[in-house]
Amino acid sequence: MSLIRIHELTRRYVMGSETVHALRGVSLTIGKGEYLAIMGPSGSGKSTLMNLLGCLDTPSTGTYELNGTNVADMDDNALAEVRNREIGFVFQSFNLLPRSDALHNVELPLIYAGVPAVERREQARQALTNVGLAERMHHRPNELSGGQRQRVAVARALVNNPSIVLADEPTGNLDSRTGEEILALFETLSRRGNTIIVVTHEEEVAQHARRIIRIRDGLIAADEVNPNPRAAMKLKSTDA
Amino acid sequence: MNLLTEFKEAVIIAWAALRANKMRAALTTLGIVIGIVTVTLMGTAIAGLNNAFMKSIGSIGADVLFIQRFNWFMGEEEWRQSRNRAQLTPQIARDLERLSNFARAVSVESQGNGTVTLDRRKAKGVFVVGNNEQSLEVRGLNLSGGRWLSASDVQSSRPVCVLGSYLAERFFPFGGALGSKVKLNDVPYEVVGVMEKQGAFFTGFNQDNQIVIPFTRFTQDLARWPDLAINVKVSNPALMDDAQEEMRGILRKLRRLPPDRPDDFAINRQEALVAFFNRVGGTIAAVGLFITGLSLFVGGIGIMNIMFVSVAERTKEIGIRKAIGAKRRTILVQFLVEAATITFLAGVLGLLIAWPLTLVVDRFLAAAMPWWLVLVALVVSVMTGVVSGFIPAWRAARMDPVEALRAE
Repeated sequence: MSLIRIHELTRRYVMGSETVHALRGVSLTIGKGEYLAIMGPSGSGKSTLMNLLGCLDTPSTGTYELNGTNVADMDDNALAEVRNREIGFVFQSFNLLPRSDALHNVELPLIYAGVPAVERREQARQALTNVGLAERMHHRPNELSGGQRQRVAVARALVNNPSIVLADEPTGNLDSRTGEEILALFETLSRRGNTIIVVTHEEEVAQHARRIIRIRDGLIAADEVNPNPRAAMKLKSTDA
Repeated sequence: MNLLTEFKEAVIIAWAALRANKMRAALTTLGIVIGIVTVTLMGTAIAGLNNAFMKSIGSIGADVLFIQRFNWFMGEEEWRQSRNRAQLTPQIARDLERLSNFARAVSVESQGNGTVTLDRRKAKGVFVVGNNEQSLEVRGLNLSGGRWLSASDVQSSRPVCVLGSYLAERFFPFGGALGSKVKLNDVPYEVVGVMEKQGAFFTGFNQDNQIVIPFTRFTQDLARWPDLAINVKVSNPALMDDAQEEMRGILRKLRRLPPDRPDDFAINRQEALVAFFNRVGGTIAAVGLFITGLSLFVGGIGIMNIMFVSVAERTKEIGIRKAIGAKRRTILVQFLVEAATITFLAGVLGLLIAWPLTLVVDRFLAAAMPWWLVLVALVVSVMTGVVSGFIPAWRAARMDPVEALRAE
């Protein structure tokens, strides 16, 4: 069953008198439970594609069906709801709220979803425990290491049980050891049935995925199955 | 997400944001604090003036028709036309009493100034009132001792007087006023009664610094042809309008006015004074509140400014919240609540400052801080926050999540 179905997606930006064609017609189908990497050099349009897949932006033309609903023409508020329900973001720079502790950061999507306080606290605790941060719930982001911050972000991305985890250069701000840690976490999630899309320009990171899509000049240059995904080194804390 | 959780969450965020920028919040608040203090003080002064007026207006009975030569409130033109009106006479008072069905008591009154002396003690500029025996009831006065002027005092113009409480205390600090003789403009008068304390009129006029004598005596000793007012207490206050019409008819007949001539007298009522005060007071209040409101407006601009800064600084945060699922309304409410929290705190602070100041003002000018004013001040401060925070909050709510996330 396909989770994402995009057809002839284009995105143009008007910058002054110039029109930039960031995406020139991308069609793509992604199934449930896939572990997918989107690769491309900077300026290739991969970030634009990620923004569209994450419902942060709407296409100029084309259709985008997510879980059977067309989200291409939705308005701001409807998109916010879709993001809240269907998509969990993991960003390169973590994007945690600096003044809130880990627990509150993870609770945030549930607050916006309207989950009652007691219930959401419990779910947020569980999500943090799942990423091995049971002991760090009341630490603020600046009291956590980079790897821990990214794990908080992963917990936040997962707490709502979204259809897709969308990770934008998730290891970009981490040293290679902690980067591996996060990738191992993704593998675990993938094995549990989560759909994961990683946007990256690093070949090494992409090699962990089971399918790699290469973008160049706003078009799909290659869409291939990765026959031998690299296994991340096992870490006790994430293998819970 | 429902509005209540949204609101609760927004208050928590706002509080955290304020604590993160204590100095800035304090400085921003200052403008609103000053605004609220001035508006509140203005409000207390107006409320105090109203209270004082309403209290002193009680001494001008609501059930009394004041028949005089002139209207209490008239323009220059009206005054020019009416200044040659004939005086009212004691005879008219007697006729009114005889002819009217509505009159319960008819008082005559002339007013003047005089000097009261007792031995070496002397009081200049004392308010002298010439009354008759019915004036006590019409004026609604109470005596703390002795008696009022009697009908025979008035008839035979006996040199007797009733003292205001202030005068009595001044000349007879150890009592013994009754039966003593004081001199009014060097004429000896026997004190037959002392009035209860009435307090100052809202204009500051001391009603207790007065001496009442028979009006027949007044025309002998103070003025030959004084302005005479005939004050009629109406038996049924609900029928004031009917009573006024009746008096008017009687007076026109007594004065032999042909139907085509306008009245050559005026019937005044407390109502007119209240209406006049309300008009003047309303204007003063509007102007005063407008001027003090300007400072609140300036404070509001400060809030707007700081909210723009706050929104710009937190662009990234807005992006994160939007990516995670915050709708426009959620962001809007968040920043509105933040602005309103600042101004609400400022309002509370302003009231805490204004309250002791009110007590100080009260020593010079009647002032009061009624509970509704506190409520109004708080509502106004919150509204200021909401209004001045709206544009910044709207800008935040409409941010494009992609661009907001890109901000650093």
